Amino acid sequence: MAIDRKRLLLIAVLVGACVLPFLLTNYRNFQLTLALIYAISILGLNILTGWNGQISLGHGAFFAVGAYAAAILMSKAGVPYWATIPVAGAVCLVAGFLFGLPALRLEGLYLALATFALGVAIPQILKYKGIEIWTGGVQGILLTKPRPPEWLPFRLSRDQWLYFVTLFTSGVMFLLAHNLLQGRIGRALIAIRDHPIAATAMGIDTAMVKSMAFGVSAMYTGVAGALSAFVVGFVAPDSFNIFLSISILVGMVVGGTASIPGAIFGGLFVQFIPNISEEISKSAPWAIYGVFLIVFMFLLPMGIAGALRMLLVRFKL
Amino acid sequence: MMRLHLLLATTAVGLALAASPALAQKKYDTGATDKEIKVGHINPYSGPASAYGTIGKAQTAFFNMINDTGGINGRKIKFITLDDGYAPPKTVEQARRLVEQEEVLLVFNPLGTPPNTAIRPYMTESKVPQILVATGATTWGEDPKKWPWTIGWQPTYQTESKIYAAYILREKPNAKIGILYQNDDYGKDYLKGFLDGLGDKAKSMIVSQVTYEVTDPTVDSQIVTLKGSGADTFFNITTPKFAAQAIRKAHDIDWKPLQFLNSVSNSVAAVLKPAGLEKSVGIISANYIKDPTDPQWQNTKEYKDWLEWMKKYNPQGDTQDGLNVYGYTVAQTLVQVLKQCGDTLTRENVMRQVANLKGLELPMLLPGIKIDTAPDDFYPIEQEQLMKFNGTIWDLFGPIINARDAKS
Repeated sequence: MAIDRKRLLLIAVLVGACVLPFLLTNYRNFQLTLALIYAISILGLNILTGWNGQISLGHGAFFAVGAYAAAILMSKAGVPYWATIPVAGAVCLVAGFLFGLPALRLEGLYLALATFALGVAIPQILKYKGIEIWTGGVQGILLTKPRPPEWLPFRLSRDQWLYFVTLFTSGVMFLLAHNLLQGRIGRALIAIRDHPIAATAMGIDTAMVKSMAFGVSAMYTGVAGALSAFVVGFVAPDSFNIFLSISILVGMVVGGTASIPGAIFGGLFVQFIPNISEEISKSAPWAIYGVFLIVFMFLLPMGIAGALRMLLVRFKL
Repeated sequence: MMRLHLLLATTAVGLALAASPALAQKKYDTGATDKEIKVGHINPYSGPASAYGTIGKAQTAFFNMINDTGGINGRKIKFITLDDGYAPPKTVEQARRLVEQEEVLLVFNPLGTPPNTAIRPYMTESKVPQILVATGATTWGEDPKKWPWTIGWQPTYQTESKIYAAYILREKPNAKIGILYQNDDYGKDYLKGFLDGLGDKAKSMIVSQVTYEVTDPTVDSQIVTLKGSGADTFFNITTPKFAAQAIRKAHDIDWKPLQFLNSVSNSVAAVLKPAGLEKSVGIISANYIKDPTDPQWQNTKEYKDWLEWMKKYNPQGDTQDGLNVYGYTVAQTLVQVLKQCGDTLTRENVMRQVANLKGLELPMLLPGIKIDTAPDDFYPIEQEQLMKFNGTIWDLFGPIINARDAKS
């Protein structure tokens, strides 16, 4: 019975997500697309931090790598935009795995600092003159925003089309995460998070699982980066400052750690709360943002997803 | 205040005469009505470049004054300014919000080269003016055919270095030039202008070119290299911290070339003081706008008007901060453009008028500097004046130089 309800809810959400772009302006669709992109990257960080307990303050770096991979492929090699998504994901999978190997020696706060270093370094690395022919240096790379394809039976605006591309990609990524985390690997991740020694004793290859978690997490964030590259139509080092990394972390905690739907709430928070704060006060938008954050943490200590789960339990829905 | 109004009034009359009778009919695009004109603006109020947020605050204060004194041709300015934190994706989002949600007539003075680059294709495609942008890159005026909806304001880096090149060719034709520049677009833009300005002579005159990265701790070794090359003229294309280091090091190792310092770093307080005022005597730089800390302006009517406005409308603003002069002066340029538009407040006419500024002089530009544009000239300010540091302040000298003339 409960499963049926869940499935029903999922279908309702999906139908809603498909109808929504026809009711909203292009500008709102663009914002929703960005929120979905954040959601994918937040889900990625959640796999690493929520499920596996490794803290990263530098996921903006993988976001940047994914975005640049897509931008370089599109502008230099003429690869169609949709084909850049898996490539960017694969590049980040490898990058994340390799970063995860030495990071294994670091626990907790030390890992947080190491990833923080990666996050602050990336904008400057992207400006490095040795790779300027590909990255465009400080000026970045300007991309033409993809148009809806000709074969569509009905007309979509460019923003609607990009929304659906992003919705489809996030659907695939969320489904993958669901399958990955509900099974053996998910249990191994949680076991390592909660009791690493016991996990090793039970025969889990801790090092391998942790590195893979890093790789998969980076892959998700890289996919989000690739989407953002062509949805925004521009990449530059200034797009990926340390604040992006912090925003992804904030989104994860606010949405709900170790929760798949939580990532969506996190994405909405990251996208819309700064705008609402700015609306309230021009002179101190970040103070308002801080108030929002504190209120959320006090009222919803388990994140938005956690609070919803509690509500469902309380009212026996 | 009177002087400003008088000035704007006289130019407006002149232009009204030039306008054809066909304009008698009112015509509006989105964002303009009989009552108001919606002007969009994007500024970094947060993030790494938030110091520039001063500009947006000054402009808000300026349009408050305009509205209090009757607006423009009877219409009030509704100034909608948004924060992008200097992050290009956010700039794109805010530009779309201004155009699609707030429905502004135009987007005015967005700040920074990457943010402006990010929104230019969108602005072009939606045919919404992106005017008087706050960046010194050359790209904003390079190709009006390709980007007919975007125009800059301040002199470009290339404009400035062409002026130095012209001065060297005239005053010191046998100079042996050493150049230090920051290895990024900003440095290369300056360098390109300088090389273009020297023309065929560049090869024989430049004896050494060295670079540094923003991440370098010092430029000491570069200065030693330049001295070793035998250069007797030094073009210092650096940001404030490095400019101070270079000036000090040159003095300390007893290298005494004729020094040219890019305007990016010609702040007395931020560069010359840390370098040592006595070590900075004789350095040449260029400017186009009045420095509010310079005593030579402080008794003039123009400065007093500005100060009065600051006190009344922008009391939190720092009267030492040149950005408050900058914001004030760009806003005056927009007022002139909108005045010229008359009752035809269409986006197309905004672009036509912004490309039709003729000899516009503004109170806080250096005396004699004129803003000139044409359909094929998207560089509003192309004049600057040279100045030499006397140990306390910059002494302006020589005529106003136009980079166009400097080229030949």
